[in-house]
Amino acid sequence: MATGTAVDVVMPQMGVSVSEGTVTKWSKQVGDTIEADETLLEISTDKVDTEVPSPATGVISEILVAEGETVAVGTVLARIGGEAGAAAPVEAAPDEPAPEPTPAPATQVAANESAAAASEGQAAPAPAAPAELAPSESSGKSFVSPVVARIAAEHGIDPAQVPGTGNGGRVTKKDIQAFIESEAQAAPAAPPAAAPPAAPAPPAAAQVAQAPADAGEPEQGESFEPISAMRRGIADHMRRSLDTSAHVTSAIEVDMSKVVAIRAKLKKEYNAAYGVNPTYLAFIARATAETLRDYPYVNGEIRGDKIVSKSFVNLGFAVELADGKGLIVPVVKNAETLNLLGMAKGIADIAKRARDKQLTPDDVAGGSFTITNPGGYGTFHGTPVISQPQVGILGTYALVKRPWVIQDENGADAIAIRSIMNITLTYDHRLVDGAYAGRFLRDLRERLQTWGESDY
Amino acid sequence: MAEKTYLQAISDGIRGEMRRDKRVFVLGEDVGVYGGAFKVTQGFQEEFGAWRVIDMPLSETAIMGGATGAAIMGMRPVAEMQFADFVSCAWDHLVTVAAKQRWRTGTPIPIVLRLPSGGGFSGGPFHSQNPESSFAHIPGLKCVCPATPEDAKGLMIAAIEDPNPVLFFEHKHLYRRIKGEVPDERYVTPIGKARVHAEGEDITLVTWGAMVYTAEEAAKQLPDVSVEIIDLRTVMPWDKQAVLASARKTSKVLVLHEDTRTGGFGGEIAATIAEEAFEDLDAPVRRIAAPDCPVPFAPVLEKAYIPQVDDVVRGLKELSEY
Repeated sequence: MATGTAVDVVMPQMGVSVSEGTVTKWSKQVGDTIEADETLLEISTDKVDTEVPSPATGVISEILVAEGETVAVGTVLARIGGEAGAAAPVEAAPDEPAPEPTPAPATQVAANESAAAASEGQAAPAPAAPAELAPSESSGKSFVSPVVARIAAEHGIDPAQVPGTGNGGRVTKKDIQAFIESEAQAAPAAPPAAAPPAAPAPPAAAQVAQAPADAGEPEQGESFEPISAMRRGIADHMRRSLDTSAHVTSAIEVDMSKVVAIRAKLKKEYNAAYGVNPTYLAFIARATAETLRDYPYVNGEIRGDKIVSKSFVNLGFAVELADGKGLIVPVVKNAETLNLLGMAKGIADIAKRARDKQLTPDDVAGGSFTITNPGGYGTFHGTPVISQPQVGILGTYALVKRPWVIQDENGADAIAIRSIMNITLTYDHRLVDGAYAGRFLRDLRERLQTWGESDY
Repeated sequence: MAEKTYLQAISDGIRGEMRRDKRVFVLGEDVGVYGGAFKVTQGFQEEFGAWRVIDMPLSETAIMGGATGAAIMGMRPVAEMQFADFVSCAWDHLVTVAAKQRWRTGTPIPIVLRLPSGGGFSGGPFHSQNPESSFAHIPGLKCVCPATPEDAKGLMIAAIEDPNPVLFFEHKHLYRRIKGEVPDERYVTPIGKARVHAEGEDITLVTWGAMVYTAEEAAKQLPDVSVEIIDLRTVMPWDKQAVLASARKTSKVLVLHEDTRTGGFGGEIAATIAEEAFEDLDAPVRRIAAPDCPVPFAPVLEKAYIPQVDDVVRGLKELSEY
């Protein structure tokens, strides 16, 4: 029985590209009892916000990182059990089946370790090794000279991120200047949020962005709130995208009558058999993935001095978080392999996890094309901003019944009531020409207007 | 333009002003018939006569007192201490009377006090000192320490023109060792303006007098370190802006002087940089100076005492690697 042994809760590795996270909220306080897998805290990284489940059952003995603090991956955030926590912090663990995979691998490992230790009846080895290593690793780097501190503050850099060549690995003025220069050179070739799936964005690049100016004090009638990491990330990305791509938007009107009819038929079946709703978005996404295969540039990328074409379609979907708190673009990977049902399930899955803060940074990385769907509020047109380094974003707008000129079976014009949707393609004119975009939209419309009952 | 020694340049500066302005005269021990212990005023008595090139008794007090009285009466004396070390005998007239005169009465007191200073030739404790910081500390006195022949002439003329007592620290080791182009015509090197002896990016080396050449040699031995040598030229007033600008550029500063360490003027420079350029520093400001003891006579000890090229190389290396 592992009595009196504390279990560490560490900052999880939220995907390969994230090196640190900010504690945004503790759901429990010191002295509170918590169940394994119950939410202990919420963290925010530059990619996603998420909840961290408790790796063990027990009493919280220590909270080591306050709300608002940003710490490196692996840093011990809290301890459960131990002296303050008293008896059997991980008692329940051995009796339970293996824990469900969670989006927080580090905490999962911690839970497994403590479970194993408990079942062997040994004191759990303190999984605090990373924290204990930290001081010796940073020895010699800890001194920051006045000029390095000032330059770091001006450029929003953590000096600990800079390789030091001075005494004992100290970061010299030249080191930090070289670091800034190399980041500045690296930035245009591979924008941070822009990395291809194999090469995640360097986290430091985002930090090179100019530190924002001091807002001063609010004027009368104004109130301030801090800018969240996500909002700052959105702001930087939106600005960078407009500075990078030559945005042009083309729109097309699509008669969705066939899709409406087929969806009405499938809805019941999909809900009953698969628990998923065949949304219009799923139809459009399916048709888009198919059309993108014929228009590789719309699914492509400009990377440095090369044009990149991709044999896969990783479809990003813009998902709004509650209360205007931000937008996140989780990605359905290899969308070209999914049929309508698979697409509907994939979209439902990422949308739910986005709203539940269960996404990992890898869920939002690696998109090759994006669909945004603001039509639910009745808007019929828009010009969305491209998610870098992609070159296209599809906008889908309100589905409305409109009088529509059709040809009857005799070839005569007639006015009918049809379900019409405006769809836009905003594309990067550096790579995608207007005629090419027009043909893409034409083919997409054709697929949607001629959707057959046996097409999936 | 002609190549002149440091000593000739000083001599030319005084002679030119004596020809130009009848109020200018020299006084000191052996400055007349003998032409000065170092021959700075050789031929002066022949040219200007015994009333303008006055041999004084062996009394620094009398020399300084005479110069003070003459200056108050509207003359422009150029007084010589045979060695800067002996200025202590003249302390009262210099510090109590001359330095305060303008403050007390508002009248000008245009004295130049020539102070042959510095070691390097086994002069021992009485003939080798660099007492500039003692007088830089006295409000009302100016202290100039030229390193080059051109500056020696230009600063001498500026000192004679100046309405305040100016202490002219001429380094004995440079007298005949250093030669350089000196313009023939009259020119003034402004008091309080530093000179960039060598431009650099990595380390600022602030110095003056004979140490400029020690600094130059040391920098040559470190081709990988770009050293900016600032020749202060005048210690009071000193060119803060030039030093701070260079410190902000390089973020590392070494102050080098031949005077002893504690209370040496390098401390003032280091403190000013720490106060005004703290956020630009990438290393502590370092000082290289003589140790806090009298100048030794024995050549080996004197060499160990006065900062040498190797000492400066070591200091620059340490700063470079910091």
